[in-house]
Amino acid sequence: MTVPLTHNSTAAPAVRPGRANATPPDGPTAKTKADQPRRRWSGRSRKDFVVFLAMALPNLVLIGTFTYWPLINNIYYSTLDWTLGSASATVVGLQNYVTFFTSEDASKVLGTTAIFTVLTVGGSMILGLLVALALNSKVRGTTFARSAVFAPYVLSGVGVGLVWLFIFDPGYGVLAWILRGLGQQSPQWINDPQLSLVMVIIVYVWKNLGYCAVVFLAGLQSLPRDVMEAAALDGANSVRRFFNISLPLLSPTTFFLLITTMLSSLQAFDLIRIMTPLGNGTSTLIYEAYLQAFGAYNRAGYSAAISVILFAILLVITVLQLRFVERKVHYS
Amino acid sequence: MSAPAPAVVRENGQQPAPLDRPLSASNLLQTVATGYVPLVIATLVVFLPLLWMLLSSFKQPGEIVTMDLKVLPESLNLQNYVTAMTTVPFAQFFANSLIVTVVGSSVKVVLAILTAYALVFVRFPFKNGIFVLILVALMVPAQVSILPNYILIAGMGGKNTLWGIILPGLGTAFGTFLLRQHFLTLPPSILEAAEIDGAGHWRRLWQIIVPVSVPSIATVALVTVVSEWNDYIWPLIITDRPETMTLPVGLTLLQNSEGNGAGWGILMAGAVLVIVPILLVFAALQRYIVAGLTQGSVTG
Repeated sequence: MTVPLTHNSTAAPAVRPGRANATPPDGPTAKTKADQPRRRWSGRSRKDFVVFLAMALPNLVLIGTFTYWPLINNIYYSTLDWTLGSASATVVGLQNYVTFFTSEDASKVLGTTAIFTVLTVGGSMILGLLVALALNSKVRGTTFARSAVFAPYVLSGVGVGLVWLFIFDPGYGVLAWILRGLGQQSPQWINDPQLSLVMVIIVYVWKNLGYCAVVFLAGLQSLPRDVMEAAALDGANSVRRFFNISLPLLSPTTFFLLITTMLSSLQAFDLIRIMTPLGNGTSTLIYEAYLQAFGAYNRAGYSAAISVILFAILLVITVLQLRFVERKVHYS
Repeated sequence: MSAPAPAVVRENGQQPAPLDRPLSASNLLQTVATGYVPLVIATLVVFLPLLWMLLSSFKQPGEIVTMDLKVLPESLNLQNYVTAMTTVPFAQFFANSLIVTVVGSSVKVVLAILTAYALVFVRFPFKNGIFVLILVALMVPAQVSILPNYILIAGMGGKNTLWGIILPGLGTAFGTFLLRQHFLTLPPSILEAAEIDGAGHWRRLWQIIVPVSVPSIATVALVTVVSEWNDYIWPLIITDRPETMTLPVGLTLLQNSEGNGAGWGILMAGAVLVIVPILLVFAALQRYIVAGLTQGSVTG
């Protein structure tokens, strides 16, 4: 009796690449309808109560302990002058925040974070869109190419960082070899702080643009076909069709990607750690929080304060997203 | 807009092209220029660095520390792999990664199935409130919790233990969310017969819901496997002894011990060992992984 149901259309959203929002109407919006029939099971409430707890409680306890509790703890730790590993700590109130914002750390770290975020988000979105346009063409091999460009997104940041570190190596890297062929010296990617940042940004974009490309492609493929055809018949060339029709219609996708890539850029750790372990020029908020607590200083309280600042930024972005996504990202 | 087939058109210039000579030289040239060339470039940009990694992993120090670049290794020499495995306990790292990934993912998938089923099919007060808490947890990045979790786990004696690596990540907001959304799309009639039979929740879950949800569960499982395998910041912090390090952390150790140019071949061998398993999984099951990663983050 269950067999025919396996062919139900509901299996499709999970299999098909693309955003949940682009799935048919039986997607998330169907939840209120599905809620109702369950009310018919009556007289079992107490048993259900126990069953629910038995099934959901382990997960909920884990999420509470390792996701919510740390947030509260972080705020508490941020008010301490505390060396990691030391048994004693002094409550200093907001001193850690004051120290951060009045030292030159603030402008340096926030500046690096801003540059890293803007360039990685901009880079992966613009290149991702270009790749999506290429993938959207009507030639053979697009399925393979789509998988290929997505692949770096799922690979270990540590492995990817090492591979690129070798490519950028000023002595024996491929890049240095190519530049030598052109009669140029290789830039000091590792020693120069600014170039280190550029290097990490390039690799981050390489690793993440496939994600943007696949999401943009799903957006492109959901554009109304008749509008595009009408524009083509009206004599609009492909460049004009792209800027006047595709791009505006893609705005929900663009906004969604802007938010998600911004959130992940702000959390980027693996590449920075493996390519520039000292954070010389690449110390973003997340990396500074790591270095302060687990680097040379063991300043746990100060690190917690930086984490709280980072969390506040992430929270603002997330709230912004929820505000707009509810309104804008649904096509239908 | 749901079916992929009719959507794969447009935005390419050749669509409204003159229909009289579809195979004309200019048309063909345009197809190549606008269709194939960008695709080939994009694919090469992805593959060349990985290919370089693979080729370099077979090269001897003399082939790398040289001003005159050799593209192909002189032979398929496995010396770098041997060196990588003997300088640091690589087999141990690999085994640790495997254990962490298998145990962590299995528990997470089961927890996700149970929680999602409870949220959708079991009556309970405040279910929506609980779901919102899970949704919010999905947005809390693990990175901002590392210090408190480190203190918590270290206090419990979990430093340099595999359970210490696995435990904090076991709660799964992502899997729960994804499966809940899927379970909500199942028609309620699917459970009616089971209800008449008097089957309890346990049997309904494993005999009806799970079998019809295999693609969604596979998506959750694969995305979880990929992220457990690649996880770096937490194992890096909670382990400082080689016996319990996972592969990404162990690679850092290798990096520290091979500082000069001659070590690149060995490091590339290490990178191959951490990258290739996931690349193979991805190649075989990419549609589930792509779907899960691009879909789940919609809420993120």
